[in-house]
Amino acid sequence: MDEIKIALLSCGAEYSGVYPEIEKAINKFNAKIIHPFVETSDIDDAVEEIGMDVASPDLRLMAAKAKSLVEKNADADAVFICTCFRCAEGALMRNEVRRYIAERSNIPIISYSFTERTTAATLYTRMEALTTTARRKALLAIKKQEGLTAGIDSGSTTTKAVVMQDNEIIGHGWVPTTQVIESASKAFSLALEEAGIKQNEIEAFGATGYGRLLIGENMHPNFVQEEITVNSKGAAFLADKQEGMATVIDIGGMDNKAISMMNGIPGSFTMGGICAGASGRFLEIASRRLGVSIEELGPLALKGDYRNVEMNSYCIVFGIQSLVNMLSQGAEPADVASAACHSVSEQIFEQQLQEIDIKEPVIMVGGCSLISGLVKIMEDLLRVKIIVPKDSQYIGAVGASLLASGFRR
Amino acid sequence: MKIFIFPPTSLILSDLVERFGHDPLAMMKVVRERVTGPSLDSPPINVTPNDVKDGLKYVAVEVPSGVRGRLALMAPLVEKADAAIMVKNADYTFGCVGCARTNEYLRYFVKRRRIPYIELEYPYTEEEAKEFVISIKNFLSNLENKNG
Repeated sequence: MDEIKIALLSCGAEYSGVYPEIEKAINKFNAKIIHPFVETSDIDDAVEEIGMDVASPDLRLMAAKAKSLVEKNADADAVFICTCFRCAEGALMRNEVRRYIAERSNIPIISYSFTERTTAATLYTRMEALTTTARRKALLAIKKQEGLTAGIDSGSTTTKAVVMQDNEIIGHGWVPTTQVIESASKAFSLALEEAGIKQNEIEAFGATGYGRLLIGENMHPNFVQEEITVNSKGAAFLADKQEGMATVIDIGGMDNKAISMMNGIPGSFTMGGICAGASGRFLEIASRRLGVSIEELGPLALKGDYRNVEMNSYCIVFGIQSLVNMLSQGAEPADVASAACHSVSEQIFEQQLQEIDIKEPVIMVGGCSLISGLVKIMEDLLRVKIIVPKDSQYIGAVGASLLASGFRR
Repeated sequence: MKIFIFPPTSLILSDLVERFGHDPLAMMKVVRERVTGPSLDSPPINVTPNDVKDGLKYVAVEVPSGVRGRLALMAPLVEKADAAIMVKNADYTFGCVGCARTNEYLRYFVKRRRIPYIELEYPYTEEEAKEFVISIKNFLSNLENKNG
């Protein structure tokens, strides 16, 4: 595996105690940090060229490093841009520097805002995505599925599999995740069965999702890849938005991803997973309390109005308790269903979507994209029309199957 | 007397203060102590997440970690200072903290402590430079007179 050179454009990292964590995360994927060389006399010119006249000298230096990169004075394969969380000036400059580099080069970029609690582990998926984008440019350029391939997405709640042939999905499998390998085998078998294909006829298959490494060791797929890269490809393919900017919102059973992508390749993204109140699990419990299936929750929420229900907390315990209290006080089940969807949407909006550029089209995928009430409330919050492509719940499996085209025998 | 200099990384200011017989409170010494200490837990300047928590003595948790980490190093210098010399709109090569918010806070912190201070514009001509050095000399001499 070739060593990747990642240009670090940062402000505040060495004073936040996170520089070693960034270095550790970069080194894990056989990459190393480089610092683009600049003269102090270059700084003001670079700021002038980018046009964002910030006050902080380290952010101005970031502009000069970006200019040095696009003028090819630094030999970098990828760029990692990071500034302190909650710094408005840093967030503005981070975004503009990212845009400046993206418009003038094809170097993959990931941006991030850190706190002193950022650890290497929180950066692993990001660095894996960044180094993959740098190493596998040809693979990620694939826009059309060819031959007979399959993909498995081992999620924390459900395991999905698809079989694809000549750019069409011909088989689906979806099972609850229990044991990773057992669930993956079952989902794969269901997809093969629907497609009427035997496993030995599959030319290549890929694995993604949180159980991907275990699948890699036991089922020997042709490639194993984190879900940010794979889901971006899957979303672009399913929504037929393979060119230009787009935003992917993936609300899963346990965690969420918001990805800002360019030509189907992730640029910046955020990953949730800290609070169950912002996950599909909250909606599962809410539907159980309402006595409806999760499939019925969305249409029910569409008939209600969340403003009629008082919710004091986003928490999966206290928030659900609020809903139960409202039901006992005679609230309409439709209003309660709407309030549950609003609670999840608003928390994702406040905690995740504000960290990335929301560029239309906005594509919603993952199991929760099937809950129509949730999609509608998210549309209201973002004030955009959201695309939910067909087979949106199979996003990871489709992305894996699409990329597996590049590994066919 | 102990003189806080701003920018705290300015070698020229540090040298001037020393030449006029005072003890400059500058970043170089703080960083040297950190990187030559027995352990280097967090390269390059050995600021650890615990140091960032020390910054909470000065500003709230909602203030970005980079500001709190810088203040953990620099604000104690202001606390130790008997007086301060602060230079505004300095060239990058004169010395630099890197973060405008930290700069704002440090200048404010000096004023809040009500110690004697002088604020000077960075000199760009030879004439201004002479005036700059004379102002610093007079400021430091006056401090001695007041205390002597």
